[in-house]
Amino acid sequence: MAASESDQAGQEYEHYEAVVVGCGPGGAAAAARFADHGVETLVLERGTEAGSKNVSGGLIYAEDSAPYTIDDLFENFREEASERPVTDYKIHNIAGNKVKTYDLTDLHEHDTDWCDAVLRRPMDSWLEQRVHEKTSETGGGVLTDVRVNGLLRENGEIVGVTCDELDPITADVIVAADGVNSELARDARLMDWDEPDEWFQGVKATVEMDGETIADRFEIDDEEGVAHLFSGDLFDDVRGGGFLYTNEDSLSIGTVFHLDSLVAEQAEPHQLLDSLLTHPLLAQWFRGEYREREYAAKLVPDSKKVAHKEPYRDRLVLVGDAAGQMQAQGPIIKGMNHAVSAGALAADAFVVSRGNSDPESAGRRYAKMLERSGTMDKLRPRRYDVARTVGERDIVANAVDRVLESPIGSVAVGNPLSKRAMKRAYNSPFLVSMLPDTSTGYVTLPSIIGEEHGRTIHWENEVEPPTLEERIGDLTYDTDVGNPHIRLQDESFEASGDAVYACPVSAEDFGGGCYRSETVKTNGSEETLVSLDTQPCVECGTCAIVADTEWEHPRGGKGVEYREG
Amino acid sequence: MEGRMRSVVLTKGVPDFSEGAVSFNEEGHLERGKTPTVMNPNDEVALEAALQTKVRHGGHVSGMSMGPPGYASVLEEAMESVYADDSYLLSDRELAASDTWATAITLCSALEKYQETVAEIDLIFAGFKTADGETGQTGPQTAWALERPIVTHVLALDIDPDERVLRAKRLVEGDVDEIETVEAPLPCMVIADPEFSPTYRKASHRLTHKRLRGETEERAADHEAHLTTWNHEDLNLDPDYIGLDGSPTIVSSVDPIPKAPSEREATMIEPDDGEGMERVLEELQPYAGGD
Repeated sequence: MAASESDQAGQEYEHYEAVVVGCGPGGAAAAARFADHGVETLVLERGTEAGSKNVSGGLIYAEDSAPYTIDDLFENFREEASERPVTDYKIHNIAGNKVKTYDLTDLHEHDTDWCDAVLRRPMDSWLEQRVHEKTSETGGGVLTDVRVNGLLRENGEIVGVTCDELDPITADVIVAADGVNSELARDARLMDWDEPDEWFQGVKATVEMDGETIADRFEIDDEEGVAHLFSGDLFDDVRGGGFLYTNEDSLSIGTVFHLDSLVAEQAEPHQLLDSLLTHPLLAQWFRGEYREREYAAKLVPDSKKVAHKEPYRDRLVLVGDAAGQMQAQGPIIKGMNHAVSAGALAADAFVVSRGNSDPESAGRRYAKMLERSGTMDKLRPRRYDVARTVGERDIVANAVDRVLESPIGSVAVGNPLSKRAMKRAYNSPFLVSMLPDTSTGYVTLPSIIGEEHGRTIHWENEVEPPTLEERIGDLTYDTDVGNPHIRLQDESFEASGDAVYACPVSAEDFGGGCYRSETVKTNGSEETLVSLDTQPCVECGTCAIVADTEWEHPRGGKGVEYREG
Repeated sequence: MEGRMRSVVLTKGVPDFSEGAVSFNEEGHLERGKTPTVMNPNDEVALEAALQTKVRHGGHVSGMSMGPPGYASVLEEAMESVYADDSYLLSDRELAASDTWATAITLCSALEKYQETVAEIDLIFAGFKTADGETGQTGPQTAWALERPIVTHVLALDIDPDERVLRAKRLVEGDVDEIETVEAPLPCMVIADPEFSPTYRKASHRLTHKRLRGETEERAADHEAHLTTWNHEDLNLDPDYIGLDGSPTIVSSVDPIPKAPSEREATMIEPDDGEGMERVLEELQPYAGGD
């Protein structure tokens, strides 16, 4: 049983050596390492089961150069918790019905030991079981349905956590692995939620397809899987792209866009997903059959901009999305692997600095380990910082776009010689890491490639994706009636209207979503106001950035419950 | 470990009154043979109170029930939900048709036998009342027979094992509902109010709860190995004082309450019946002003 520690007022708190908040891959890795070191570890997870709050594309990588991989820490991970390995990796450059496909397997295999598709509910719930077994042996365990809502401080110093469901708990080290909307990172003032250009937003459909059909239509065997990426003009001018990954008996199909671009274009995320789902290119795999198991959404930090270089304060360390550790550059999206490295390193850092009276010694060592292991340079490549200053200046970008779109530029990219060069460029990890985040890389270039080199697709796509209302209707919720977790601070359209479009479960002229706009007549003048109903909320956090809200997670076990994730 | 609590939970099987499960004959009498038996819903609350005690203070919980051999399934259900350690079934033809008095005498004898042959009891838990009899008498009568203090309508419970004192919040219903805080010495009997809800605000308590759940799954799968059945001879009871013969209550007759006739008249109109829909609009017209 846990020892107790008391504050000045004589209040007795429960105490654990380590408290880990969140049981995703980052939290699981930290907890597993703590347990390996014999540290008494309590893991607090707000979902009713780990994975019920989690969404990813999702591919999990094991990099050759990584300090830790998930199968290092959890035996039989690949056999028991993941879906198909990615054995074939392609990108499709799309211009209308014309498509040019490049094989990206070389890029994909760079520094890759293995890479598997995963669904987060089955994966994370499997991890939870393992973590509970391991941590139970050292006097702790995993508790679900518990939401950590903030930090416990003594004399201004962080010493523990506060929860909705439990009395405050003190710890020698606190690992915040509470995801992209980390309440602890915000409480510690290590992260803010202000700039849309620091984030991506993804939406995903998990689509039913039995294993035999997958093997047949993607021309793979049982032990193989594919990853397809999609870019070009099928998303109009919104910067981002699409993906399709094969699971054991389903497909993960989604789209990921820069949040600032979604906002600027007033694009509806679910409609962009539908643009992909209904593109003729996908008809060859659907053959007119489409059953969506789950619609999901996630906010993704752009590590190039927000990965925290010193992700600690006092006894608190941040891990994974909570620290902005999500690498998205060009077609590569890597998050879970970095969370695993970070979580394990954070635990190691605590153990080697244990006994040091300076409460920040573990955090400092953790930051150093992130640096030395090369993890930080993957998250925030130095060459990107250099390239960005040039590439993202609008003038330069526009000039490049204009040249590419001009007859001369198109000819240059369309030149048979450049065909090979283009594929090589796509497969260069070095070049890809420098791609600026303008529409050049996402829209202009792929469209020209598609237009100049592409072959016209003649399939008819007859798929009709579910409406947003049907998608919301199919999700499972345990609504905390009368206790909304988001409050709208400013209901003017100027302050919060962007959420009507950018929220993945809201849409213009749709009354069943979270955010709705309505025109109100007052004293002869008209005003457009925004209203909020949190019932359909999928807890992605988009509105916390694009609207003026007071945003918290729902209480433990409440809110949306993903079955696939 | 210091402060371990020995608890016995009294539970009863009742007909499943839920829609679709319950069966009535033409006269409106309950057909027990055709209606499945489930644990009395109020007992679940008593079980929660016993579980909270075990989680917080450690110890042992036994489930106890009087009824036909089929009630073993109710005790098994109790074991699963309360993580009970073992079950005691008081089952015998001589015990059939007991009223609350005869039941209390039987339960009292069983609890005394438990104290003599198994262990000293610190706490006895029971539900508020049963869904079939609705008397709410058996618990208090049992406490009286045992000469133990009883705390009823318990909403929240805290035990000080060192002082051997129970502190409870209890609901006092009246013109104005009040919540009373009372203390009672152990051993005593606790009747949980249907509003009782267990609280686990410590991580260590929740971890214990989770561990017990894991352990119980295995035990409940082999319930018979943990079940002890006692008949009236085991309890040294005189057949004249138990069962039907020992029951002073006489139920002379049971009258079904007739359903109130519907006072409203309904007219059905199909949505594509244009003429009918117009009549609906006409009928609604006078109210359209919002008055």
